[in-house]
Order: sequence, then structure tokens, then C-alpha cells
Amino acid sequence: MNQNRVDEYRRNFMTTLGGVAAVAAVAPSFVLQTAHAAGEVAAKPIDQAVTNAKRWGMLIDVTKLTDGGAGMVAACKKEHGWGDEAHSADTQKAHWARVVKVTDKLTQNSFSLPVMCQHCENPPCVDVCPTGASMKRADGIVQVNKHICIGCRYCMMACPYKARSFVHETLQDQKPHSPRGMGTVESCNMCVHRIDEGKLPACVEAAPDAVIFGDLNDPNSAVSQAMKTIGGKQIRADLGLNTGVRYHGI
Amino acid sequence: MASQAIIFRETKDSKGFYILLAVLGAFLALGALAFFHAEHHGHHVTGMNNQVVWGLPHVFAIGLIVAASGALNVGSIGTVFGKKIYQPMGRLSALLAISLLVGGLIVLVLDLGHPDRLIIAMTTYNFKSIFAWNIILYNGFLALSAVYIWTMMDRKVKKFYKLAGVAAFTWRLILTTGTGSIFGFLVARDFYNSAVMAPLFIVMSFAMGLAVFILVLHFAYSWTGRTLGDVVMNRLRYLLAVFIGGVLLLEGARHFTGLYIAQKAGVENFILFEGGIYTQLFWIGQILLGSLLPLSLIFCRKLANNRVALLLAALFTIVGGFAQLYVILIGGQAYPLVLFPGAEVSSDYFDGAINAYAPSIWELMLGLGGVALALVMVTIGVKVLRFLPDSLSDAVADPHSK
Repeated sequence: MNQNRVDEYRRNFMTTLGGVAAVAAVAPSFVLQTAHAAGEVAAKPIDQAVTNAKRWGMLIDVTKLTDGGAGMVAACKKEHGWGDEAHSADTQKAHWARVVKVTDKLTQNSFSLPVMCQHCENPPCVDVCPTGASMKRADGIVQVNKHICIGCRYCMMACPYKARSFVHETLQDQKPHSPRGMGTVESCNMCVHRIDEGKLPACVEAAPDAVIFGDLNDPNSAVSQAMKTIGGKQIRADLGLNTGVRYHGI
Repeated sequence: MASQAIIFRETKDSKGFYILLAVLGAFLALGALAFFHAEHHGHHVTGMNNQVVWGLPHVFAIGLIVAASGALNVGSIGTVFGKKIYQPMGRLSALLAISLLVGGLIVLVLDLGHPDRLIIAMTTYNFKSIFAWNIILYNGFLALSAVYIWTMMDRKVKKFYKLAGVAAFTWRLILTTGTGSIFGFLVARDFYNSAVMAPLFIVMSFAMGLAVFILVLHFAYSWTGRTLGDVVMNRLRYLLAVFIGGVLLLEGARHFTGLYIAQKAGVENFILFEGGIYTQLFWIGQILLGSLLPLSLIFCRKLANNRVALLLAALFTIVGGFAQLYVILIGGQAYPLVLFPGAEVSSDYFDGAINAYAPSIWELMLGLGGVALALVMVTIGVKVLRFLPDSLSDAVADPHSK
């Protein structure tokens, strides 16, 4: 009996090992495939400063978003924990991203798209901020330094996309990777904490077939190649802000 | 008739002084209460939101700041342009300017999400921001106005009187240019993004500042039993009319340009014709009560030398100025941002919808607290220092002097 039991263990062990080996053999191609669809990010060592060698951006193919981007918005909300402020009115609750339905008045052509911080090359919110709290990282990510934000909301007046929210109340149970604070302004930061770890932004992960993320400075990156082929339109291109978030199908 | 010497004197100790301080003190306390309430609970207790991010406190703050730079004009006309009849009012003019600016700034600062970080705003500058420049401009204005008062009060530095006056006048023009440019530089909002906002705010400051000055001057004299003649007041009366006319001219240019440019026509039509409360505030508040009524009160022949008519004209000019600022600030934000020109947009976050805003009592209390602070500063100022001429009777003012 004992010998049988040992044999059984041995068999199970070998089977498991085989399974692990099989997964290990298949996984790289699977992971690479995902990365290829959604873009690629290299982790930034923590002791290295951010440089302008890269400019992060994304191309959102609206025609492939069956839900108009609702899944992306939900992923953002889950990642950063905004929008559930208990005391704030609906008009006061934070909204880092939202789905906007657009219908042309003349042609009645209609589409939906997710709208969030467009990570402009020339961000009006950064220009107007008196303290420099509203800032653009060297790699193109526009975000708020919540330590020196005085809560004047001038950046919200300046943003053409209504991408920014003011925190109207004290917050509880915040996400450690995405600290927020009453009396400061916040917005999509392209999941900077994930990018620095070599991961994709949460919204990109939520819609891998419709969004390509990557380095806009690299002409060979998947996102640059895709934009070269199918184009990448800006919301309010007339403002000359050169946004880092681009759309196809709008 | 030669003019008599101008003698400046502090206001006398009286029961009225303390009653006035008590009344203003009550408003100050309410303002402080409103500040602590919003500071403790967060801005969700206000009517402001993520669509209308600047509300009634900003209307009060900008109104006071604009009036502050305008109040200095009375002194500037005397000093810079050499009009002697204005010179005795120079001290009060500068005191009022400082007081109104402090009153406005306190509202602005206490409405910040983080008023405790004021030190950051004073030490960490982004020089591309007109807000950062304004912090420097406001502080410089306070300093220059104080020096200007000093050159008027101390014979030893009288030789710097003209220099200080010119410096303060130049500075105030730049300051109000900066205040108007807060809106003029907003690229994405069609109701704001125009260089005309700077001169518009300057001429608004002329009108509102003078109107406040007229009221303060009158009550400072009548409540302390001093003589204030028609010669001085009629000068101010017709000057006010010129300034109101100036505001109408630039507002006309602004709105006609807006209607002409298709990109701006949407928000212009909203403000001028379809905007509900904002349309009413524009036509009834700003144009009818705030401009045409004061002009009628000033130019009606039967009301010449009528002090009550002048005071009402000044009061309604201020009402009109606040209506104008409310329309500019709140009306401009109520109209939704245009993401896709020529398309209808909708979302679960008020895209394409007219944004609602109802000011809360806390915002009103904070704003009135700022007004009260300005008036407290003036009341105490004229009590402890020699700001007011003993008399501004016609004999003293000398109608023949230029």
C-alpha cells in the first residue's frame, strides 16, 4: 500500500511538472501576442529618471469598441477608485474617464468614445497652474503633483476635455498606488504606476483588441505603425495641443 | 476764490464707529464660519462642482479685486494727471484700494481646496501661469499703494509723491490686465479666449472702483458730520458716466464679435438670448439696472446735484458689475465645453448639457465676509490715521482748480 501511495505521489508530481513545463513553453508566445495587440512597455528601473526619449500614447480604435469604451472606463474606476464619493452630488463626483456619445447634427452619423486626459504635448492645464502642480512628465504623461496642488481649479477651467476632477470631500480606503486627496485636482495619469513597472494602463488592458499603447517617439512601435496605417485623430485638433491619446473611427 | 488749506484728520470716537464695526464684525464671523465649514467638510457643501468649478466666491473675489484697482484711480487722476480737485481724496483712494484687494484675496484664498498651502503658492511659481504672475502683481500692488500713501502723509518723502503715484497707477493697469487675462488665456472656452478681456476688466475696474469710492466717500463724510460738497461729487458723477459708457463699448464689441464668429455664436446666443438666469442677469442686471439706470440718474437734468440719485447710480453700477461678473464667470462655465463642433454630444457626465449651479449659503457668507473685511479695514484706517480731509466743501475743493 505504502509503495502504491509513493508511486501515486510520484505520478502526480511528474504530471504537475509536465504541466508547468508546458505552460512555460506556451506562455511567452501568448504574452507576446497580448503585448503586440495592446502595445509594449518596458519597465523603468526605479533609480532611473524619466527621460523624454519616449513619449507614451495610445491609439483607440472606436470601431472595435463594442461598448463605446465603457469597459475601459470601468477598469479605470476600479484601478484608481474614483467616482464613489459618498457625500458629493453627481456633478461633484470624480470622473477620470467617461463614455461620450457623439452624433453629427447634419449627417446623423453617430459613435461613442471614451474621453479622458488626452495627455497633450502642449497642455493648457500645465500652462495655467500657478504652482507647477499640474505637470507633464518628460515621457509625456500629464498629471497632478498632489503635494503642491493648492486646489485653485484653474487647470479645470483650462482643460478643453473636462478631463479633470476636484475632490470635494474626505476620502477613505484609497488605493495605495493611486493616492487622492480632498481639495486637490486629479485626472487620468495613464496609470503611471503601472507604466513604470512595465505594465499596460488598466484601460488598455481592458480593451486589448481596440487599443494600442506604446511609444509615440519610436516610429517602429506598434502604436506608431498603426497610426501610420490607419491614422490617429485628435479631439479638438484645431486647438493645436498635439494630444497623446489618438482615435480611429471618430 | 482761493481754496482753503486741506486739513486731514482722523474720524472721531463715536458710538457709530463701534456699531459699524459690530455689524461688519458679524459678517466677518459668518465668513469665517463658512470657511471653516467648507474647509472641514470639503467643497461638497458648496454649489460648485466639476463643471462649474468657480462659483459665487470667485464672483465676489474678482469683483473686489477689480474694484480695488479701480478705487486707486481717484488718487491717480490727481497725482499722475495733475487734477488738483482729486488730490485730497488720494489717501482714501489708496486705502480703499488696499482694503478691497485684501478683502478680495481673502475670499479667493479661503476658497482654495488647500488654503493651508498658501505658502506654496507664494514660493513655488510657474511663470507661464498668469495666476502666478497675479500673486506677484497683487503683493506689489499692496506694497506700492502703501508707499503711495506714505508719500502723501509724510512731508519728508513728498518728493517721491509723483513717482509713487505713477508707479502705482502703472502697476494697477498691469494688475487688471492680469486679472482679465485669467479668462482671456483660456484657450478652450469660447466665451473667454479673447484679448479684449484685459481692457474690459480695466474699464470695469474704473467703473466699479469709482462707484465704491463714491459710496464710501459719501458715508464716511455724512456719518462723521463732515462736509462733502457738490463740486467734488459732480466731478465723480460724470466720471462714473464715462466709465459706464466705456464698459458698454467694450462689452458691445465683445458680444458682437462673438455673434459674428460662428465658433463663438453658440455660447453668445446662450448668454444673450437663451440662457435663462444668465440672459436675465445680462439684460436686466448688467445693461438695464447696472448701466442704463445709472446713466439716467446721472444725466437726468432734474436730478442734477441730487446726492441720492448719485448714490443710487453708484450702487446700481456695483450691482451691474457683479451681474456682469456672474454672467462672465458662471454663465461662461454653464455653457458646455465643445468637444466636437457641429455635433450633439451626451454622456453620463453632463457632456452637451447646460451645467447647473446654485450657490450655497456658505459661498454667499464667504463672499460677504470679504466685503466686510474690506470695509472694516477702511473704517479702522480712517479712524487711526489721517486719511480723510476735514472738509471737502465746495469752498475747499475750489471749483476753478483743474
